[in-house]
Amino acid sequence: MSNAAGARPSLRERLNIRQRIRDRDTAVYGVLIIVALLFPLVTIYATGGTALVSHATRAGYWVLLAIGLNVVVGFAGLLDLGYAAFFAIGAYTYALLASPQLASSPAHHAIHINFWILIFGSLLMAALFGAVLGFPTLRLRGDYLAIVTLGFGEIVPQLFYNFDQWTGGINAVGLIDQPLLPAWIQGPWSGDGDFKVVSPFNFNTDPVAYYVLVCFLIAIAVLLVTNLYRSRLGRAWMAIREDEVAAAAMGINTVTTKLLAFGIGASFSGFAGAYYAADVALVSPDNFLFIVSITVLVMVVLGGMGNITGVIVGALVMYYLVFYLIPGLPENATSLASSIGLGSLNQSSGDWPGLGEETQRLNFIIYGAILVGMMLLRPQGLLPSRVREQELKHAAVQEEEAAVEQLHAT
Amino acid sequence: MSLPDYGFYILCGTAVILLLTEAVRDTTNFAQTLVFGLTQGAIFALVALGYTMVYGIIELINFAHGDVFTLSAYVGTTILGLFAVNEGSFTALNLAVLVIIFPVVMLIMGGINVAIERVAYRPLRNAPRLAPLITAIGMSFFLEGVMFLWKGPATVHFPNILPQWTTTVAGVFFGFKDIFVIVTAAILVALLAFFINRTRLGKAMRATAQDRDAAQLMGIDINRTIAATFFIGALLAGAGGIIYGLYYGTVYYQLGFRTGLIAFTAAVFGGIGNIPGAAIGGLIIGLTAAFSDIYIGGRWTQVVIFGILIGVLVFRPTGLLGMRVPEK
Repeated sequence: MSNAAGARPSLRERLNIRQRIRDRDTAVYGVLIIVALLFPLVTIYATGGTALVSHATRAGYWVLLAIGLNVVVGFAGLLDLGYAAFFAIGAYTYALLASPQLASSPAHHAIHINFWILIFGSLLMAALFGAVLGFPTLRLRGDYLAIVTLGFGEIVPQLFYNFDQWTGGINAVGLIDQPLLPAWIQGPWSGDGDFKVVSPFNFNTDPVAYYVLVCFLIAIAVLLVTNLYRSRLGRAWMAIREDEVAAAAMGINTVTTKLLAFGIGASFSGFAGAYYAADVALVSPDNFLFIVSITVLVMVVLGGMGNITGVIVGALVMYYLVFYLIPGLPENATSLASSIGLGSLNQSSGDWPGLGEETQRLNFIIYGAILVGMMLLRPQGLLPSRVREQELKHAAVQEEEAAVEQLHAT
Repeated sequence: MSLPDYGFYILCGTAVILLLTEAVRDTTNFAQTLVFGLTQGAIFALVALGYTMVYGIIELINFAHGDVFTLSAYVGTTILGLFAVNEGSFTALNLAVLVIIFPVVMLIMGGINVAIERVAYRPLRNAPRLAPLITAIGMSFFLEGVMFLWKGPATVHFPNILPQWTTTVAGVFFGFKDIFVIVTAAILVALLAFFINRTRLGKAMRATAQDRDAAQLMGIDINRTIAATFFIGALLAGAGGIIYGLYYGTVYYQLGFRTGLIAFTAAVFGGIGNIPGAAIGGLIIGLTAAFSDIYIGGRWTQVVIFGILIGVLVFRPTGLLGMRVPEK
């Protein structure tokens, strides 16, 4: 196996490299890292502004959410329809403890805790609520759990509305603190001095700072989740997903294992929530409605449940569709109409509300049709998990064999 | 009987005692809320039946069902617009229109729902379980989009063609339309019960819900039976949509989302898959919403309803009338 064996090891090494390139996950991660590194440089150079970087930043917390929900839905096979509730809990934890909001509440005293501490506070808070909700409900059959989470997801934003003395209710929590980098990071490369590698790394004015931060958070999340997936716990999750009774018979404590999946999934959501609150600096109950839970679920299912690269790609594709392509359609349609000489379509007349307005009204239909179409074309997701794919194939082969046997029998 | 069951009975008992106290304290107000709750509950019950039937037979939470309900009100108001119906007084034309609009809209909605099942759910029958759930959500958006495109984002007027007769009995105010809603819903539920329990197709539906493979081996056409389930669910939702329009006078394109969730809660409350359970669950949830609106405050109603949902599932996962089913 050493180099002494001549040409063989090098050949093997080469094969190994090839195999690695062929390995889909490595390839996807490679592409994602390169794109993530080049994205701000290219877009700022090409468009001269940072609007696209802000978009990428916002896509980032959807990626975090999708990675977290994947632990619950993809690994452990528990359907969670109220995932936005934990996102809301994380966001409000940060928003209330790092803004002037509590000064106007019955507490009469604003609290400003540092972002880097509070991001873990949000994480713990969401995990705590995940455990509190999960503990009595996780012994239920799969679908009942989905319904309980759905109810929880409906209750939480409503509670943030109703306790308006504390949360400001419909008026939202504003003026949320920005993260500050620790002093030791703010070396000469980030100041106003002559020598600097990047432009001032300032969370108040620079969207790129948030972009870098979210990339780091995603990298950490991916590392954690990949390790979890390969651990004893990850295997226990998959065993439960495939057959809960058999898993219990093999000595897995199903309640603790499911509770861990639920809590860990919720903690990712809380983590993303704190980041979200810091980024948008305005948190309102309307940002956490059922549609958010559904969008994250679609990202996970569309990407390929149980496969981490799949859900990242799914989240990015869905973000592009839902928040960039579809909202941009009316504008694109009107400019296209003007440029090909059909500008008259853009004016409203009679029942026709104008092309822009009409396209806007079509948005729902387009979104719905995309969801249905994608699921019909690829029910297993864009990049399905290898293990699951093999299981499905295996099941199909078994069914075929059974059918053949039946034919022989008759 | 186990400990969670006691918890369930204690919760129900507490609610009943609190309500009785209110009933003694201010009987008129209580009775008025009761009337409103029953009418509201009758509409929820009609929608909940569709959820419970579909869930019972293919274990799918059919998110598009609430939008089928709303769409029927849209179709209904469009058809009413074709006639010179008289709002304010009840004419012979109103009566004639009222008699034909129910079957027409119900059949249209049945056809639409069967088409939805054919396009969005049947191809995914053997796919991973979440796939049809996502297409159901997609269909829900699609239907909302159709209504949005059709009539715009504003609320849509639904002509009130019922007799305007109202009366006050012992301080409780109610009108013809309250009675109309409750009676129509009761007739439809009775017809459904007859159909499920007494006809061949109803028997096939029960068999398919119990064990699809075994039913197929017995020669039941599974695809046809499932399509029939969707058809009947949409008939009820269609009737519910018209009743809703007649009762409230306005509908809007996103109505189905919230109504659907609440009706689904009602189905779970009664024991999902259980048909009498969905009807009773609808009534109870309607009453709960009405009492919560009056005694607790409108903005807490949603918290109360979904709190009940969680409480029921924790203490009695099979719902009010559901039976304990073994893990499949």
